[in-house]
Amino acid sequence: MSEPGHDTPHVPGPSLWPIGFAIGVACLLLGLVLSWIVAAIGAVLAVGFGLLWARDVTRDVRGEVPEIEPETRAVADEAAAVAAPAAAAPPPTYSRSRFLEATTLGLGAAIGGVLTLPVLGFMVLPSFTNVEEDEIDLGPIENFDKGEYVIASYLALPERGEVSRRTAFVRNNGFAESGDPSFTILYSRCVHLGCPVQPNGPIDEAAKKEVDGVELRPVLAQSFGCPCHGGLYDAEGNRTAGPPVRSMDRYTFSIRNGRLILGELYAVGNVSGTGANATISKYPWSTPGTHVDGLEAWLYPIVPSQVTG
Amino acid sequence: MAKRTSKRATLVETAVLVPLDWVDERTAGVRATKWFLFRHVPRDVSWAQTLGSATLTAFIVQTLTGVILAMYYTPDPRTAYQSIEHITNELTLGWLVRGMHRWGASVFIILLFLHMGRVFLFGAYKYPRELTWITGVLILATGMLLGFTGYLLPWDQTAYWATVVGINLNGTAPFAGPWLAQFLASGPEIGADTLAKWYALHMLVLPGAIIALIGVHIYLVTRLGVSSPPWSSEQAGRERPVVQPTGARTGLVRGGGGAE
Repeated sequence: MSEPGHDTPHVPGPSLWPIGFAIGVACLLLGLVLSWIVAAIGAVLAVGFGLLWARDVTRDVRGEVPEIEPETRAVADEAAAVAAPAAAAPPPTYSRSRFLEATTLGLGAAIGGVLTLPVLGFMVLPSFTNVEEDEIDLGPIENFDKGEYVIASYLALPERGEVSRRTAFVRNNGFAESGDPSFTILYSRCVHLGCPVQPNGPIDEAAKKEVDGVELRPVLAQSFGCPCHGGLYDAEGNRTAGPPVRSMDRYTFSIRNGRLILGELYAVGNVSGTGANATISKYPWSTPGTHVDGLEAWLYPIVPSQVTG
Repeated sequence: MAKRTSKRATLVETAVLVPLDWVDERTAGVRATKWFLFRHVPRDVSWAQTLGSATLTAFIVQTLTGVILAMYYTPDPRTAYQSIEHITNELTLGWLVRGMHRWGASVFIILLFLHMGRVFLFGAYKYPRELTWITGVLILATGMLLGFTGYLLPWDQTAYWATVVGINLNGTAPFAGPWLAQFLASGPEIGADTLAKWYALHMLVLPGAIIALIGVHIYLVTRLGVSSPPWSSEQAGRERPVVQPTGARTGLVRGGGGAE
């Protein structure tokens, strides 16, 4: 037991700055919830104390140029060893054992890669490629009275069963100025964290209809609420209270042979105006809880729906 | 001592010791077991130092009950909930084993934290046990992932919506979040493939990872010894090497002239 060096104190000297750094970070995180001013103060504190801390910690090291023994081994050119013919490599720099070492590693890596990549691909890719859901036929548009929300519940993939059940809130807005029929179709999932949003109003169970596997229930509601964390939305799906970060997701729709057909989902930054005259800021669909507009949207530059369509 | 070997001693010799020697010669298994079990432990260890073993026991309970539950559970969205009801209400003692697994999960996590608190307060994470602490933190993270993936499996309303929220929480992480969420949900929403994926994670991937980590953790505990409490007057575990006046770091890895 006489290994040298084990017990030399290689911890830096005590420093009080980490406390200030921690307060700064805590302040910054608090500010994210409370206000940007607190966050800015926190950021300044954290950066300032962080720098002081770094200066403290590196005091012993700064100014000293560490003595590094130069690397003297010949660097193996693996690519050349595997791919290029032996004649191309300069003969004296390459011993037999080094060649075998490089070949073993290279071939091993190649075999491992060939085996692993498709398997990893199978693990990850189906979540992003096999996601298309069929258009949903909600039945004749006469089932939707003007100005009233209807809860439409359907199976997105009937062959996969109840696990694919989705709910939309459909409101017939009458006709837009262009003469086309207008619908507001909100997706029931909360854009906070995906819980099932409920309409705040009585459901007319007597008027319940079942049209081609789609359940339609009219509801008297001018707002929507989420039971999980108290998110509230108005009749256009704009957030009025609680933690949601954008407006409720909507469906594109089309009308064919007098029937309402649901298309794909899209995310909504904000809706101004109401009903047929609403101006909707439309974005590719993204995970609940992610911002689609404003500064925070920069945190989510590429979302899966932008790539996979 | 020229004592005559009794018949009984000869019997023990041939029936037990000779086979053990045979095995040990080929595997070093007996030596390894002795190395693992017969260790120096500080005189003044307390009950607080049994929390690690308690956590390990809770984990073994989880492993055994989990394997048995897997014999009756079906990870199919149409039948998962029925199979849970079947286990709980119909199969003999099914309620007990499922209850052990369900509550044992909480016990495991609570004991992990208590053990972690003990190690922290005793300062037992310090040199030379830093890597023991780090593997312990990885065990804690893997254990929480096991809790997260196991929560979906009963496939009832609580399980479903809690997992929706959990997946979408992951989805709010910057940059990779939406991708992670879509991977976990096997699509934009929880779908038909999600349950089987989480079952595989809960049953195969994460247990494999945590068992490997526990193996490393216990190896390190055995190698480095049990630390004595902070109020102890005696030093425990590995002797600290002699202080070198030069203070150079040479020899830390490759050995610079140190003879052991």
